[in-house]
Amino acid sequence: MKLTKETLLEKEGYRLHILPSKKYKTITIVAKFKAPLKREGITERALLPHVLQKATHNHPNVRSLQSAFENLYGTALSSDGSKKGENHVISFRMEVVNEAYLNDQEPILEEAFQLFNEVLYHPKTQGEGFDASIVNREKQTLEQKITSIKDDKMSYANLRLMDHMCKEEPYSLHVHGYQEDLSTITPESLYSYYQEMISKDMLDVYVIGDMDENAIEKLTDQYFSRKGSDNVDDDQASVSKDVTEVNEVIEREEVSQGKLHLGYRTYTKFGDDDYYALQIFNGLFGGFPSSKLFMNVREKHSLAYYAASRFESHKGLLLVFSGVDPKDFKQAKSIILDQMEAMKTGDFTEDQVEETKEQVINQLQETMDNANGLIEVLYHQMLSGAEMPANELIENIRKVSKQDVVQMAEKIELDTIYFLTSNEGGE
Amino acid sequence: MEELVYKQLNETVYQETLDNGLKVFLLSKPEMAKTFGIFTTNYGSIDQTFTPIGKDESVTVPEGIAHFLEHKLFEKEDRDVFQDFTRLGASANAFTSFTKTAYLFTATSQIDKNVKTLLDFVQDPYFSEESVEKEKGIIAQEIRMYDDQPDWRSFFGTIQSLYHNHPVKVDIAGTVDSIQDITKDDLYTCYETFYHPSNMVLFVAGNIEPESMMNLIRENQASKEFPAAPEINRAYPEEPKTAYKKEHSISMPVTTAKAMVGVKENVEGLTGEELVRGELLSGMILDYYFSRSGVYYEELYKNDLIDDSFQFETELDRQFGFTILGGDSRKPDQMAARIKEMLHELKEQRISDEDFTRMKRKKIGQFMRAMNSLEFIANQFTHYHTLGTDLFEVLPVIESLTADDAEEYLQHWINEDAITVFQIKPQDK
Repeated sequence: MKLTKETLLEKEGYRLHILPSKKYKTITIVAKFKAPLKREGITERALLPHVLQKATHNHPNVRSLQSAFENLYGTALSSDGSKKGENHVISFRMEVVNEAYLNDQEPILEEAFQLFNEVLYHPKTQGEGFDASIVNREKQTLEQKITSIKDDKMSYANLRLMDHMCKEEPYSLHVHGYQEDLSTITPESLYSYYQEMISKDMLDVYVIGDMDENAIEKLTDQYFSRKGSDNVDDDQASVSKDVTEVNEVIEREEVSQGKLHLGYRTYTKFGDDDYYALQIFNGLFGGFPSSKLFMNVREKHSLAYYAASRFESHKGLLLVFSGVDPKDFKQAKSIILDQMEAMKTGDFTEDQVEETKEQVINQLQETMDNANGLIEVLYHQMLSGAEMPANELIENIRKVSKQDVVQMAEKIELDTIYFLTSNEGGE
Repeated sequence: MEELVYKQLNETVYQETLDNGLKVFLLSKPEMAKTFGIFTTNYGSIDQTFTPIGKDESVTVPEGIAHFLEHKLFEKEDRDVFQDFTRLGASANAFTSFTKTAYLFTATSQIDKNVKTLLDFVQDPYFSEESVEKEKGIIAQEIRMYDDQPDWRSFFGTIQSLYHNHPVKVDIAGTVDSIQDITKDDLYTCYETFYHPSNMVLFVAGNIEPESMMNLIRENQASKEFPAAPEINRAYPEEPKTAYKKEHSISMPVTTAKAMVGVKENVEGLTGEELVRGELLSGMILDYYFSRSGVYYEELYKNDLIDDSFQFETELDRQFGFTILGGDSRKPDQMAARIKEMLHELKEQRISDEDFTRMKRKKIGQFMRAMNSLEFIANQFTHYHTLGTDLFEVLPVIESLTADDAEEYLQHWINEDAITVFQIKPQDK
């Protein structure tokens, strides 16, 4: 049984997921390319989507390609790279207006599929490589992106926490790639990486919207097939480390607010039996404005505007993040640690557990109202082999007891405390 | 209850103005699991000087007070309203903009109770000296968080360089200093003046049955007493049409410099429809020249004057308007100078009919994509309503625009005196 009505078909070199839904005025098509997370090739993976979206064989420059998208009622194509545990996924997302809502009945859906196909499979080439001027310009852009991560202090603190905490694990690799790799990448080397990725990565294609399923299948057959690819899942198992001692790291930058981030190990991943208890744990601890972190760090002590937690489903991490005055580091840290202790000793009521379940269920249902949200949930389920319909998922959340949450809390280990503070700020 | 049917969009909106003046809009989307409710007052950070209800003389309240009030409405004598929503399985939030303050929730169950909770908490203020003091620390950290965000600083810095006197130049949250002056009495003064139902709009969209939902709202409002609808007198300082500063820069610990070119828009005497039309036209013109398909974008990008962070927007509202273009740049002086030249060149340009049709199609597509979001619909419908227009009528407006309209718009758009350049320079280590 599936989370929602889904037609799943093994196709030539890809897996097709068709999700009929009347919720949207658009049709969303997502192609996901998955490969093991490795230091080698990570910068190429970050660079590739940018290069592919600049030009194709038929649309040899950005203006021509973008004009084509605009003509299809502003069809949007975007891409992003993300980590799923120790694996890397590049997602290309396209959203096309459903022809039923347009005054002139033009076959824009097919044209959109065709453009998607061009971007993925027929890039602009020059000799044995990509167009050199495009590659060079995109290398500059990526370099700027890599260096400017520092300008977004919340993301930067999170990146640094992962650098310290998961030093020996592929998970700490940067999805934006590394500056030092850029000089070694040539239009030819990038093209050969591209050929490898486009033929060997595991490919899943999702199509969601109000549409004729047979017509969609025909379109994907025509535009997504990969001849000769057997679409195998080369999955890299997740590494989970035993914590021997808590690592505390303080780094300094020119900031007016300090960023206090804590990394914990949960030893629970998507698909595990106690994953539901982890969801409730996080809701009580730091997932909502009603949770301990918000109520204590912010409401009771006025130390922060935000204090929250989230968990990494495929890696087994729990991350706490808060922005506090540099001078309040010790107090904020001790309040956060106290909240974790309170979770371990079961300092919360049965009523709070029940309320949190409703919030988690509410969040899940809201996510499933959103096309990309639904696709993410389904993709997670498929990767972890834990496919189940929505009502079963909700039932499992409802079954969680206070005892289950306490057991989860006891499993969780603090690994690293990271504080990004001002140059003057004390410890 | 009145039914507004929009055939092309396949949507129906139900509307009613209640006896106390509250405007209610309902949109039923039974295929969605979720419901989004948003309760908005036509009061934001720019409404700093006004005549309080029942008084004769106007007052000027401390900067950042609309936002402070938004925070404090969640706190009651005996509880925090977030917890009420939590108990109902909902998630709640709020925001303050230049012209509005809005309270909202999303939920997938117990919708009736959530709507009542939303109405009741916003209409039952409780402010105490103690809780006002406590909030100052939280908001100070919110302000500090924004202080460290270069994107926010460059956006606001540009507006501050455009405006001489108008309170749009004041940061929405105020400053760490200005919020220290806020008292519980100030909050009540603002609340009583701007939170009368006649100055507010409720929009509920999602998995609802309109008839019974309207009944519930009607009954809830009929059970409360409000004074007669006041006429709100807001005052704004005299504002020249020119930009306050030709150029200005600050330094911050950024890795790459930022440059923004700002254009002060003249919105004096424009109706809501004209504001919407202006926003559409300038959006389409900017898209044509400065989006990835545009000649200007191509030139700027190829010459490494801009990168992926390049953005542009036009915002026209009651009282103020601006266009801002810019982003990270390794050659910020050159980038700003070239964009200024480009803006001036626009007067000599004409977009062909074919290209203009393409921009129209892009706009229509953007609108349709946005229509997938209940949040977008409810927020924007409310915004358009307060301007005196209808969001769902924007499609025919887009359809009616022509290349001649764009040419006409370009003739009057860019004026050297109304342009500013704002930069963020990397700080020396």
